[in-house]
Amino acid sequence: MSKKDKVFTVKVRRDFCKGCGLCIEFCKKEVLGVSAKLNRMGYNPAEPVKPEACIGCMMCAQVCPDMAIEVYSG
Amino acid sequence: MELINNWPKYYKKDVVSHYCPGCGHGIVHRIVAELLEEMDLGKQAYLVCPAGCAVLAYNYFDFDVIESAHGRGTAIATGAKRAKPGLFVISYQGDGDLSAIGTAETIHSANRGENICVVFINNAVYGMTGGQMAPTSLIGQSTTTSPVGRNPEVDGYPLHITDVVANFPGVTYAERVSVSSPAAIKKTKKAIRNAFQTQVEGLGYSIVEVLSPCPTNWKMTPVQSCKWIDEEMVKEYKPGLLTDRREERRKEKS
Repeated sequence: MSKKDKVFTVKVRRDFCKGCGLCIEFCKKEVLGVSAKLNRMGYNPAEPVKPEACIGCMMCAQVCPDMAIEVYSG
Repeated sequence: MELINNWPKYYKKDVVSHYCPGCGHGIVHRIVAELLEEMDLGKQAYLVCPAGCAVLAYNYFDFDVIESAHGRGTAIATGAKRAKPGLFVISYQGDGDLSAIGTAETIHSANRGENICVVFINNAVYGMTGGQMAPTSLIGQSTTTSPVGRNPEVDGYPLHITDVVANFPGVTYAERVSVSSPAAIKKTKKAIRNAFQTQVEGLGYSIVEVLSPCPTNWKMTPVQSCKWIDEEMVKEYKPGLLTDRREERRKEKS
């Protein structure tokens, strides 16, 4: 299977996210957006709004200061 | 489904850090934990925590960590490395710690060429105490103790401590990087890996200065503060390699 056919899924650990928005800024495919619901700490966490657009570049996981982002392949 | 970005082995599992949203410390912590795992140094790693925002870093790392008195990180690291040369000693310090109260320790440990790594987080402000002016604050930067901006006639000029120590013959590796974008974060990881490798090979003192955002005290959003690093801070603190004497040291050793 070539890399192009791979499917990637991005997940945000809701209670780890502090809603800084760096992942939303640096995601070139605009996969992530702000959640309308508050998390346990009272922040609006990031959440995938266009999950099918994810190409697994890991930019979001690179910039996340709280390791709140999980990227799955397959 | 397979997780690509595993939680680093030497970062405590499922701990939410106390850092503010968008703080650069979290990124550098992750890089340090990842590199210790990749380079298989976790068993002998010994991290010296500073006074400052990273004072609670021992809550997050799953290897030996000691807390130092304010600014004395490199002095403690010197003692640890000399007493037990088998340890892999990292001094993790902020700008208020390394370039203000700890100037003497920083300069003399660098001048002695101790075989330690220093990770220097420069956010141009005293973060933990509430955003006072630091020696590294930029000219014109507004802080709680310089509300109309830093005036060089009264407060002096920004202190380039990494450039100062890079000129010492004892320093083997000095680099300035930032964590303002994914590309910069990759460079930071490479620089810290080189610094760690320097100590593993026993080549001497290595220091990596990381320009890090402090959105809370800069009164900006995290995205704005990354832009501010790229637009304003890099003018004063130019990222790049400052010193690399590893080849000379390797020749001297062999």
